[in-house]
Order: sequence, then structure tokens, then C-alpha cells
Amino acid sequence: MSEGLLLGLQTALSMQNILFVIFGCFVGTFIGMLPGLGPITAIALMIPITYGIDPSSGMILMAGVYYGAIFGGSTSSILINAPGVAGTVATSFDGYPMALQGQAGKALALAAYSSFCGGTIAAIFLLIAAPALAKVSLSFQSPDYFALLLLGLTAIAAFSSKGSFLKSIMMTLFGLMLSTVGTDQASGVERFTFGKIDLLDGISFLLIAMSMFALSEALMSIIRKKKDDDAMKQPTPDVGSLKLTTSEIKEVAPTIARSSVLGFFVGVLPGAGATIASFLAYGMERNLASAKDKLKFGKGSIRGLAAPETANNAACSGSFVPLLTLGIPGSGTTAVMLGALMAYGIQPGPRLLIDNPEVFWSVIVSMYVGNVVLLVINLPLIPYIARALTLPKQLLTVLILFFSLIGVYLVSFNTFDIVMMAGFAVVAIGLRLLNFSMSPLILGFILGGMLEQNLRRSLTLFDGSISFMWERPITLTILVLTALVLLMPLLSALKKTDKQSPEKEVAEL
Amino acid sequence: MNIKKLATVTFASAILAFGSGLANANELVDIKKIHFLIPGGPGGGWDGTARGTGEALLKSGKITNASYQNMSGGGGGKAIAYMIETAEKQTDTLMVNSTPIVVRSLTGVFPQSFRDLKPVAGTIADYGAFVVRANSKYTKWQQIIADFKTNPRKVKFSGGSARGSLDHLVAAMAIKAGEADAKRLVYIAYDAGGKAMAGLLSGETAILSTGVGEALAMAKSGEVRILAITAPERLAAIENVPTLTEMGYDVVFANWRGFFAAPSMSDAKVKAYAKLLGAVQETAHWNEIKERNGWVNLYNPDTKFYQFLEKQEQTIGTLMRELGFLR
Repeated sequence: MSEGLLLGLQTALSMQNILFVIFGCFVGTFIGMLPGLGPITAIALMIPITYGIDPSSGMILMAGVYYGAIFGGSTSSILINAPGVAGTVATSFDGYPMALQGQAGKALALAAYSSFCGGTIAAIFLLIAAPALAKVSLSFQSPDYFALLLLGLTAIAAFSSKGSFLKSIMMTLFGLMLSTVGTDQASGVERFTFGKIDLLDGISFLLIAMSMFALSEALMSIIRKKKDDDAMKQPTPDVGSLKLTTSEIKEVAPTIARSSVLGFFVGVLPGAGATIASFLAYGMERNLASAKDKLKFGKGSIRGLAAPETANNAACSGSFVPLLTLGIPGSGTTAVMLGALMAYGIQPGPRLLIDNPEVFWSVIVSMYVGNVVLLVINLPLIPYIARALTLPKQLLTVLILFFSLIGVYLVSFNTFDIVMMAGFAVVAIGLRLLNFSMSPLILGFILGGMLEQNLRRSLTLFDGSISFMWERPITLTILVLTALVLLMPLLSALKKTDKQSPEKEVAEL
Repeated sequence: MNIKKLATVTFASAILAFGSGLANANELVDIKKIHFLIPGGPGGGWDGTARGTGEALLKSGKITNASYQNMSGGGGGKAIAYMIETAEKQTDTLMVNSTPIVVRSLTGVFPQSFRDLKPVAGTIADYGAFVVRANSKYTKWQQIIADFKTNPRKVKFSGGSARGSLDHLVAAMAIKAGEADAKRLVYIAYDAGGKAMAGLLSGETAILSTGVGEALAMAKSGEVRILAITAPERLAAIENVPTLTEMGYDVVFANWRGFFAAPSMSDAKVKAYAKLLGAVQETAHWNEIKERNGWVNLYNPDTKFYQFLEKQEQTIGTLMRELGFLR
């Protein structure tokens, strides 16, 4: 292994390849920052360039672009509530409230540190255990994924504080319903398409995220204009400040450690990936938090920001396990990378370590280098990026409208999508005025499709019986965990009333 | 349009009119540029085919200008409607498409069919493959047919696309050719080829119906075995894998990719495009790109392509009616 690592270091640390990583991270960050353009687009754009250079350099360049684009995606989630990739949706849950409270710089810096730690810790796992983990990545089957997704769905609990429990459930159901639009995989039947061919492939995540989050947010700022004018008169806090206090660092350190481990293992599963990892980490962190800290989630909790940011980066590194050791792409991004590798005539799989060790090791080494480079080039940039928020509202609103519409159009080149976005934005504004939160909706929408497919597949595999829920140990374990997470608040609430009632009596006396 | 542009166009058309008077049709059509219309998003199979073909044409100097336009929506229906509606303007446009155009026009996903366009040429193909894990109890395709006949519920097929799409249909075709009841076939749908492969390797499913291209690499590394393919004869890359035909099952099925022109394009021009797409397959640049993408040549120029499509439509239509997907 040390020999391989040396080989990887030699390859990755050549002058040319370091330049490729820096270039990749830089380009990736900028592409990722534009709402709508995520790592898949960024990597697809790099493919023609990689044809001209050798495989190791090509993979290093693409890995740089990949990390850059993921980090850039967090930036738009935090600053303007426009998550361009499903994996950064959970980042916006607490990142955007932080930015609204004038802590944009801190939020971005925390995102950068978390990404760095998540990516680096996961790369170490990858280095030590990649070949051994190949088996783990194949141990999960559809029933297990179904249970895992159900667990992920419990993260909506974070949005059900202060009596809006029913409202979050309603929005989650609305999200689940939206995810059923399009051709049903399991039966091949069209659902809720109203004969429109534009709806045949379903509604894209990007469209929902951009219209319900970014567009409606920008338009709401026009409706709320008067209040904002008052707010503007207050002295603007230093949005560019990156400072984290020692107590804050102490608070997030365990979060980052836990989320790295969770993120990496979820990333290793070909059917899960960064999105599920980020939701699971968010849910886990909230469940572990004390009753007082729990209330902060969804309103700008630093733990709520650090957890998904760490987990999605760790999961990205984790997703290289099935790609490199089995040749199975677990996500859209790794599928594009697989295509690029095969174009070089390199077949990822069990023989990669034997046939092309330099590719294997240089990818792993480039993960460390990429993470360091990302931190180094982005930290100095954050104050400038964060200042985007101090732009006059008239300009910022227009820019957000422009980028979110363009972002969606550039992916599909379909004008019907623009009309749909306008419709969804209007619906979202109506719901927001009635104090509904958009986050449970997007959570339901993202997880809904996968949840249904895995459930349907499990049912087909077990000939229509629901016995898969207890016949597979992994499924059963996760389901029990899910039930615990759901029942815990109830139990603790019961305990509290027991304890509190005598105290109250004393106080009254 | 400004006056200068108008003058240029008038001048150009005058030359063309003059030229057509003198030269015969074949010599007139000298293709220098192609605009590729891609019915799906960037990075997909259609996108790769169009961009790869364009690259080969440019590098070999057959054309001097290639442009690309992605238009996804409605499983390709959006782009077909666009080709027909704006036919007059699409004088240099070739739309890439593949077998699903036949399936989707049969199921009525979109109202048009290949007949509403000018089929130019089929260029490449992928054949169906039936894949099992390396340690599977199945070593021969015949065993699967025999097991299916005793209990169809125990022999479930999986694939990386929705029920009723190609992977499912090809499996049904092969079952039917084994004189078993294809209606009882249980098909497990995954949303991507990679996930279907992971499902096979994890032991969740036993048999995967996919394309040779997608299974080739995994078979070479020894993780899976291909039991049968739907090609007319054995493929050079996998010499030891038998075809269904040689085992006595009358199934040949090619998932082709090819190009279509707007309905108003003249026959002479369609022929010229078809010739160009054939000629480029002789070049070294094409071979390089073909290798890179794992393509197999299947060149079917204009009228031959039309007949091929008609035959495929008939085969798929009959099967889909039998399976109850069509009434």
C-alpha cells in the first residue's frame, strides 16, 4: 500500500498535475456557484479537455472540478437559498438562515471547513479500506434502501417545531405527490402527465428547487419590501467575517467527526449517495442535540450546517469505492467519470489496482490535494463572495431570477419548464404567505421517487408480500431505528410532563 | 433581416438555381455543415452518438462545420415535433434517435412516428445481452428457459429502464422464443444501468437484461457472465458467448442508433447525407471514436433503414400486443 501511495504522490504532486487540480477546483467552484449547474455539468464540460492529457491527469482534473462544484453548490445554497444540487439542499436548511442573520461569511467558512474535513477523513477511509469495502457496498438491497430512505424522511421533524407539525406533514405529502408525476418505472404507466409530453419524464429536482426556493424567495423579498427597508437602515453586520469562536469549534467538532463516518458509509452504497447522506446526517445531528439546541435547527444552527456539508463531501469520496473497485457508478457524477475512464480504455473494477495502479492511487491522492487546494483558494475568496448579499435588493433579486431561470433552461432547453417554474413559484409564494415551510416539500420530493421505487422493487422481489420488512436483518434494524427516532420525542415528552408537573405545583404553592 | 444579408441570400439562391439547372442532383448536394438535434440532455447516449459522429466527420474533413442543440422532453417527442413544425428551416439538421422512437410511437407517447420524418441512416447498434453473476447456478441460457417453464415467479429478470421499455421487451422476446409464456415474466425495473448491475451483483436479482456494451467490461473482469446475446452472429469482443439464434431461439434484435432529417428534405439530399454517414465509418477517426465509446457499426442507409424500421416496428408491435402493453 505504501508503495502505491508513493506512486500516487509522485503522479499527483508533479507540477503539471498540481496545476490541473488548482485549475479544476477554481473552474468547478465557479460553475457550481451558478444555480443549476452542478458537478455533472462541470465534469461533462471538462471531458473534451481530458482527451488530450494522460489518464491520471485527466482524473485529477475531474476530481478537482468535482470537489469545486460541490463546494460552489453550497455557496449558492447558503447565500441565495438556491441549491443547484440535491446534495446541498440540507445545507440551505440552516445555512440560509445564518446568511439572513448577517453571518454569511461565517456560514461559508464553516461550510468550507466541514467540506474539507469530511472530504479528507473520507479519503483516509478510502485509502485504508477501499478494496474491503467493495463487499459492503453490495450488501444493501432494495428493502434496505427503502428503510434507509424512510429514516431520511424523519429529518422533517426538524421543521415541525412550534405547532406546525401538521403543516410539515402536509408539505411532505405534497412533495411525495409531486415525485409521482411522470412515467412509473415499475409499471411503465404515465401518471399525472395530463397528456403533456413535457411531463413524461417527471418534474426535475432542479426545477422544483429553483422555483420553490430561489424564485419564491426572491419574489417574497419584493412583497416584504417595506420590512426590508426598515432592516436595511440598521447597521449591516460584517457579513464577510469568517471568525468562528473556540466554543463554536468545540461544538461542531464532534458533529463533523460523526457526519464524516456516516457520510462515507452512505456514499459507499451505490443506491444512496450524497443527498441521502446529507439528510441522514442532518436528522442524526438533530436527534442527538439537546432539547434546547434542537430548537435552533432550521433557524441557523451551526451544527445543522456542518452536518450535511461534512456528510455530502464524505459521501462523494465514498462513492468512489463502488466506482473504482467494482466499476459501478453510484451517482450521475460518477457515471460521467466512468464514461471518461472508459474513453481512456481503462476499466474500473477489481482489476484496476492491478492493471492501472497509478490511476487508482493518483485519484486518491488527488482527493487530499483537491481538498487542501479548495480550502486555500476559497477561504480568501469568501469575504468577496459573501458581499454579494450586500448588493442592493433591486439588483440581487433580478440576478437571482436570471440565474435560476437560466440554470433550469440550460439543462433541459425546454421552454415549458420556464412556464412550470413560474407556476410553482406562485404556488410557493401562496404557501409561504400561509406560513408553510418549503423544506419538507423538497425533502419529500427528493426522497419520494427513490422511496417508491425501492418499495415497489422490494414488493416485486417478495412476490407482493411485505415480509421483506422483517426478513432481512439490515432492513429490520433500520426500521426499528426509524421507529425509535419517531417515538423518542413522544416518550421524552411524556417523561417531562411527569417530572414537570410536581415542580409546577411547587412553584404555584 | 438587413439588406446586406438579404442580398447575400438572394445571390446565393440565384447561384443555386443556376447550378441546379446544370448539374445533376447528386453533384449539387455538397454537404459542408450539419446541425445535430439531440432529443435528450447533455451526457446521455443520444448526446454521445451525435457529438461522436460530428467529431469524426469534422476530424476526417468530411464537413467543415458541426453544431449541436439539445432539446429534451417527452422521451424525445419534443424534438420530433420541433423537426416537423420547423421543417422548412431545418435544411442542415439531422436528429439523432434510436429504437425507443419505434417503441414510443407504438405506445402513443408521441403522436408521430419515423414515417413523419425522413430516416437518413442507422449507423451503430448495441445488441441485447442476458447476464448472470459469476457464481450463478446458471451456465446455459437453456436452463433459464427450463426453470421459467416450471415456475416463472422464481426466474425474475431485471433491467435498467422502466417496465415496457427495451430491456423488458428483449427479455420477453427471448422467453417467447423459448415457447414459454412471456406474459408471466416478472421484470424488476431500476432507474439506471449501474444500479441494475449493482442489484445483480448484490444478489438481489438473478438475471439482468441489458445491452452488450454495458455488460462487456464487467464480463471481461470476470464479475459477471453473459449467457446469450441477440446479435445475428457471435461478436468478436465476446467470441465464447452464443447467440440466441444458434441455440435455436429465433430472436435477433438490434438497438440501433441513427439519424433523421426533416420531412421536407429532398430525397437527393437525404441520400447524400446517408452516403456521408457511411463514408465516415471507413475513416481512422471514426474507428478511434467507435473504440472509445464501445460502438458496433450497423450501417443501414435510407431506404434500407426505412425497411429495417418497418420490420422492427412490426416485431415490437406484435410482442407488445401479446404482452398487453398495446390493445
